[in-house]
Parts: sequence; structure tokens; C-alpha cells
Amino acid sequence: MIQFADLYKAFDGKPVLAGVTLDVQDGETMVIIGYSGTGKSVALKHVVGLLQPDAGDVIVDGRPVAALDRAGLYGLRREIGFVFQFAALFDSMSVADNVALGLRRRGLSEDEIEERIREALALVDLTGTEQRMPAELSGGMRKRVGIARAIALRPRYLLYDEPTTGLDPVTSAVMDQLMVRTREHLGVTGIVVTHDMRSAYTVGDRIAMLYEGRIRQVGAVAEIQQTGDPVVRQFIEGRPA
Amino acid sequence: MILQIGRRTVAAVTAVGRFGHFVSDLGRALPDVATWGGLTVVQMRRVGVDSLPVALFIAAFTGVVLALQASYTFTGTVPLYFVGTLVGKTMMLELGPVLAGLALAGRVGASMAAELGTMKVTEQVDALETLAYDPQSFLVIPRVLAGTLMFPVIVALAILVGIATGWLASLILLDLSTQEFVKGLKLFYRFKDTWFGLFKSATFGCTITLVGCMVGLGTRGGAEGVGRSTTQAVVYSAVLLLVLDAFWALVLLR
Ligand SMILES: Nc1ncnc2c1ncn2[C@@H]1O[C@H](COP(=O)(O)OP(=O)(O)OP(=O)(O)O)[C@@H](O)[C@H]1O
Ligand SMILES: [Mg+2]
Repeated sequence: MIQFADLYKAFDGKPVLAGVTLDVQDGETMVIIGYSGTGKSVALKHVVGLLQPDAGDVIVDGRPVAALDRAGLYGLRREIGFVFQFAALFDSMSVADNVALGLRRRGLSEDEIEERIREALALVDLTGTEQRMPAELSGGMRKRVGIARAIALRPRYLLYDEPTTGLDPVTSAVMDQLMVRTREHLGVTGIVVTHDMRSAYTVGDRIAMLYEGRIRQVGAVAEIQQTGDPVVRQFIEGRPA
Repeated sequence: MILQIGRRTVAAVTAVGRFGHFVSDLGRALPDVATWGGLTVVQMRRVGVDSLPVALFIAAFTGVVLALQASYTFTGTVPLYFVGTLVGKTMMLELGPVLAGLALAGRVGASMAAELGTMKVTEQVDALETLAYDPQSFLVIPRVLAGTLMFPVIVALAILVGIATGWLASLILLDLSTQEFVKGLKLFYRFKDTWFGLFKSATFGCTITLVGCMVGLGTRGGAEGVGRSTTQAVVYSAVLLLVLDAFWALVLLR
């Protein structure tokens, strides 16, 4: 279970998160929606300890992330796969090595690693790109390598930061299916940050909207679709103010 | 005025503090040999390939100039074989390490700062962390070790090349025989000349790579930030290198 517990974070005096509280249950996929620049990526980074909160904390299976020592933090990170908004591929390494890096850290045998690379790349429809370098890939392909790198780890938790932004509609639907299947097959608990409402409705069990530093509303997909909250309504319908 | 000095002092102290913190982080990452072992070899090759041509090029010309300047300075009053002494001593003690060091601050230091800076702003460093790698042991230790180990090797070769071109210049341009050049070379030679120059080079290599990595990992703000870090790394490491040079002369040569 991932619990955001009254999380506060400001950058250079400018508050971004101002008391985010949200529980993500085991086995569910929580979608976080919200306007650009409201701190969705910032919130996600607190889960793996990439940012230190000003106050409050994220608690993963009872472990308060900000209070963990290095060993504890690395232990936690081994259970979590993180898909970065802009892929964050290692550009000095081939696609295969990008996927392999995290697997090597987990001490798998080379045979097993090779098998997992093949499987993960097949899932994101990138078979045959093993030896390509990130610079030779399109933005959408890079993004999918980023997804492959995370799911190859078969982690207990998967955090996706806008996994379908920048993909064409068909590929993006394929990625949605992939996220649903990973949850079903591996029982992964997931957090998906997205602007793409179609994707949110497909992959999410529940949807939470981040607005002005706090969670404006959280509820099951159907609940959100029928929301009476004008702010949420406006966002999910994509109406200009 | 006083306020400004105060602010400068605070900035300097925080910089030193950050540096200390960075180095202690490095110490913490040291036991993780499995991670940095193999990568160090890769970096050593890179440092070598990157810097050897520049270092040798500079040394070759410096050797010639030293020989000519020595004979010009002696103006016949000092026996000409002292050209050998001057070329040897200067190359080994000062110009070999320092010129190569400055050239490499511009090459190795800058390229490390740019590489790590780019990794930082494109979240590759964050990605490493989420894969449970410590950037200190994955990125920094291999580079700093490679710099520290390879620098003396590069400088040693540079010194040899400098002395060789100095000898050739004496032979061809100065009417000095090989025996005389070698006689001058041996005259005041002490073993300390060698190890002092190479030890100094190791500390230069360590400084340049450490500064390059630290500045690189501290990069903020996109491509512009990477550019800023790159120049910063060169300036800081060049200044530190000259200070360190004076420091070692003071501590070890007196
Ligand atoms: N490392 C940082 N340093 C300073 N400010 C930051 C940093 N990271 C994020 N911010 C600021 O925090 C705010 C939220 O950023 P964040 O990236 O979380 O937005 P987001 O909700 O993910 O937006 P998007 O949907 O466009 O990705 C922004 O105003 C951003 O400028
Ligand atoms: Mg974002």
C-alpha cells in the first residue's frame, strides 16, 4: 500500500504540494490527473525518494520513505518500477543495456536477463531494437523502452508518469492494454499520472485529481465520470475556462 | 562592502561544505566494488584516448622551446650541457604535470561535466537511482579513479616526449652532442624529481575529475545549465590545479 500522508513540497518558496493525502490500495491502479504544472511528477518522485518532502511523507508498506536510510531506500527502490515522463533512457547504452541495467542490479543470471529483455521489448512492440541507441529512436519508441525497462523488473509497484503522452492513438491504446495486463498478471499496484482521459478510464480503478497542491477529488472511475465538482468536471471534459 | 564580503564568505564556506559532503558520499560508495570495478576500466580507456594526443602534442613543443630558451638564457656563460638539466628538471617537476593538467582540465574535466550534467537534466541520474544504483559508485568513482590512475601515466609519457624533443632540438639546432645532453640531464637528477611530478599529476587527475563530476551532477536548468557547468568545471579545476601545484611545491620541495 502506498500512502501519501499530508505531503508538502515547495520549490524556492513556491508551494507545489500543499497537503496531498491519498491511499493507493494493494492491487489497484490509481490514476492521478491534473493540470500541467500542478505537481503530479513531483508527487510521484516522492514515492521513490527522489525528492525530500518539506513536511508529511509517503508511506510504502508501512515504511516512511523520507525517513529511510540509504540501505532501506535502495531496498524499497528494488520493489518499484518507475517510468519517467521523458523516458530518461541512458543515452550511452543500447536499448538492451537500458533494460538490462536494473535486472543486473537484482542479480539475475545473464540467460534470465536476456529472456526478460526479449519479453519486455516484445510487450511494447519493439522486438529487434535491442542494439539500437536511444538517439536513433523516435520519442514514442523511447517512451516504450522506458516502459519496458520498468516492467522487465517485475516489481510490486509500478509508477507511470504520463506513459501515453506523445504516442499515436493506437499505440497508446496498446500501452493501456499493457498496463491493464501487467496489473492482472503480476498483481502490480500502480500509479498512473496522465492527462489522457481515455487512458485514465481504461487503466484506472480509481481516479484522483490533483488541484492547487491537494487532492481535489478521488473516486472510482464511474464516480469521477459523474462528478458534480465543477473543477473536476471541467478538466475531464476538457472545456476551456 | 562588509555585507558583500560576508556573503562571499558564506558562499565559499557552503561550497567547501558541499565538497566535503560530496567526498564523504564517495567514501560511502567505495565498498560497492562490483558496481564501479568494470566501469573504471572503461573510463580509464576513455581518459587515456581523450587526453594522450593533446598531452603529447603540448609536451613535444614545450621540449623544443625549453631547449632553445635555455641556450638563449645561458648566452655562452653557462656550459651548454646545462640545457639538458633545464629541460629535464622543468619537464619533470613543473611543465609536464601542469601543462598536461591544464589541457586535460579543458578536455576531460569539461567532457565529464557536460556528460553528467546532461544526464542530470534529462533525469538519467534519477533513473539510475530508481534502479537502485548509487550515482556515486556508478558514475563518480569510476571517473575519479580513472583520472587519478591514468594521469600519472599520461604525464610520464608527456615528460618522456618533452625530453626527447628537447634532446632532438639540442642535437639539431644547438650543436649539442647526445653525451653532453645526457650528462646535463643526469647532473642534478634525483629520484624525487620523478615521483614528485607523477604524484602531483595523480592529485591533478583526481581534482579535475572530482570537480568535473561534482559540477556536472549539480547542474540545473536544461541545455544552458549544462553549458554553464562545463565552463565552471574548467575554471574551477584550472584554479584548483594551480593552487595545488603551489601547495605541493611548498610542502614537498622545501
Ligand atoms: N527540481 C525542481 N526544481 C524546481 N522546481 C521544480 C522542480 N521540479 C518541479 N518543479 C516545479 O514544480 C511544479 C510542478 O511540476 P511537475 O513537473 O510536478 O508538474 P506536472 O504536474 O508533472 O506537470 P506536467 O503534466 O506538465 O508534467 C512546476 O511549477 C515546476 O516548475
Ligand atoms: Mg509531469
